[in-house]
Amino acid sequence: MTQIPDFHAYPDAHGRFGDYGGIYVAETLMEPLAELTAAYERLRQDPAFIAELDRDLKYYVGRPSPVYFAERLTKHVGGARIILKREDLNHTGAHKINNTVGQALVARHMGKTRIIAETGAGQHGVASATVAARMGLKCVVYMGAVDIERQKINVYRMRLLGAEVVPVTSGSQTLKDALNDAMRDWVTNVADTFYIIGTVAGPHPYPQMVRDFNAIVGREAREQTLEQFGRLPDVITACVGGGSNAIGLFHAFLNDSGVRIVGAEAAGDGIGTGRHAASLAAGKPGVLHGNRTYVLSDANGQIIETHSVSAGLDYPGVGPEHAFLKDAGRAEYVGVTDDEALEAFHLLARTEGILAALESSHAIAQAIKLARELPKDGLVLANLSGRGDKDVHTIAAREGIEL
Amino acid sequence: MSRIASRFAALKDAGRTGLITFITAGDPSPEHVVPLLHGLVAAGADVIELGVPFSDPMADGPVIQHASERAIAKGVGLANVLAWVAAFRETDDETPIVLMGYLNPVEMYGYASFAEDALEAGVDGILMVDCPLEESAVLKPLRDAGLDQILLASPTTAEGRLAQLCEAASGFLYYVSFAGITGAAQLSTGQIAERVAGIRARSKAPVAVGFGVRDAASAQAIGAFADAVVIGSALVDRLAGAGSAEDAAGRANDFLAPIRAALDAR
Repeated sequence: MTQIPDFHAYPDAHGRFGDYGGIYVAETLMEPLAELTAAYERLRQDPAFIAELDRDLKYYVGRPSPVYFAERLTKHVGGARIILKREDLNHTGAHKINNTVGQALVARHMGKTRIIAETGAGQHGVASATVAARMGLKCVVYMGAVDIERQKINVYRMRLLGAEVVPVTSGSQTLKDALNDAMRDWVTNVADTFYIIGTVAGPHPYPQMVRDFNAIVGREAREQTLEQFGRLPDVITACVGGGSNAIGLFHAFLNDSGVRIVGAEAAGDGIGTGRHAASLAAGKPGVLHGNRTYVLSDANGQIIETHSVSAGLDYPGVGPEHAFLKDAGRAEYVGVTDDEALEAFHLLARTEGILAALESSHAIAQAIKLARELPKDGLVLANLSGRGDKDVHTIAAREGIEL
Repeated sequence: MSRIASRFAALKDAGRTGLITFITAGDPSPEHVVPLLHGLVAAGADVIELGVPFSDPMADGPVIQHASERAIAKGVGLANVLAWVAAFRETDDETPIVLMGYLNPVEMYGYASFAEDALEAGVDGILMVDCPLEESAVLKPLRDAGLDQILLASPTTAEGRLAQLCEAASGFLYYVSFAGITGAAQLSTGQIAERVAGIRARSKAPVAVGFGVRDAASAQAIGAFADAVVIGSALVDRLAGAGSAEDAAGRANDFLAPIRAALDAR
């Protein structure tokens, strides 16, 4: 008899998900990470901490978010039923707040008074600035100079929330460089500073901690689907950049062997063009930002610049748990192009009255493809990880419309 | 005996403090690397750390990051670095060379082929900044080939790990922190001296210290209690913009000569 693996048993004590994850950092970070791991291990089993987190998620974030049957979209597509986990309805408009609320609580319990974060599109920066303001913590957000130019509204939102936004001018001046600089700040100021990483990447314990804080998405969705539809979905899908909303949705379903799991990566102009951000579909195992995972790098091992219409998916690595799930064959990862995501964005807007984030539009596009493959009584669950208000300027500019 | 071990043994016999110099391979120019390496030796370097450029040098400051970016823009990769080491070895078979960098370029090259090619080129040690002891199983092919894996210790290293590092040290143990570091890791020269004395007493390998060493005075202060001092960013900064191999070697000499003299004067 074949042993069915327990996918909830990862990571191990070294932060490894099979061959992936781990702690690939400079010596100076080993002790701060060990302290964080010890604090997190203690807190995640502490009933008082769990109660505090649950209260914040309910009254501040607005959880639970609903699972919504997209009936007109389903009719339009003409395949299986498409249902959406509405993370776009959370406070600040995306799943990112689940993680920042959790990490800010950890920071407070560790006695830290200063929060730092890296951000690409600005969503994680806004979510970090939000929780820092609420807790009265100082907040510094590192953001690539190129991204600052592309995402002016989010930069202003962070400043309105009292955060300092520091432009990063090294490297490609985007998310990966912001992460490098945030890591340097942390190692220098670790005595009073907590680093809130925004995705399931980085060194252990971040991939586990960020996953745990987002796993409520899948726990709720699983229960809600059973309650509303009397069964589990046939397939679940989410967009994958760093992979935090995806692992958040997937985790509760990992041991449901009848549920197919599909991650939608940003294929940009198409994987064949080289202008994409599909680390799992087109990358190779390597080491980046403190963990072993699939990365996009050239023949010399230099990390390459990625491309996606969606800044939040524009990352050359991916969370190590996704790398593990890919190799284990438990999840599939496929590419969705910029054009396909935009088409899905418009379709969802017109059929359901929902403006999805460009990131989430990749998941919608994938859900549409999957629904077409299944009979009408099939059930496809997609994570609508964020709302699209932040993207209207990008979409307008791409379509030649001046606002 | 390996080149690193021979060099430290000779330093000990002579009662001298070692000088370890770091440059980024390919900066200021790929054509200058080999003459510059010889220039470093002429200026008094005992061991050379040759930085392998990486696009995301998370643990380095802006000076070395920018040097890496300049080298990458000129197409420098691990294969070039090995070729330069081999060229250097044609006329210098004694000065140890340690390649310092990050795992991903080595990972893409392949650990087994890298071990073979690095040894053939004349590399003596490797220092992978993002590969702590806990993850260093991947470097086994390199160790098996006879390359020293240089380990780092820092002011934040906990006692228990320090004992492991001292036990596992090979080549030399690099005690390091960032210049200008603030907070809990901020130590005075006296505290560093105390810490390093404790490490030297236990370490299986000599202890080199890189702690904001920028000039003769700081080198002399640190050299008083270390087996060797490491000069990195300050040298890379000085070399940036050198117009020719002679210019680069001249700048290295002007910068290193007083440091060498200060180390030898104690």
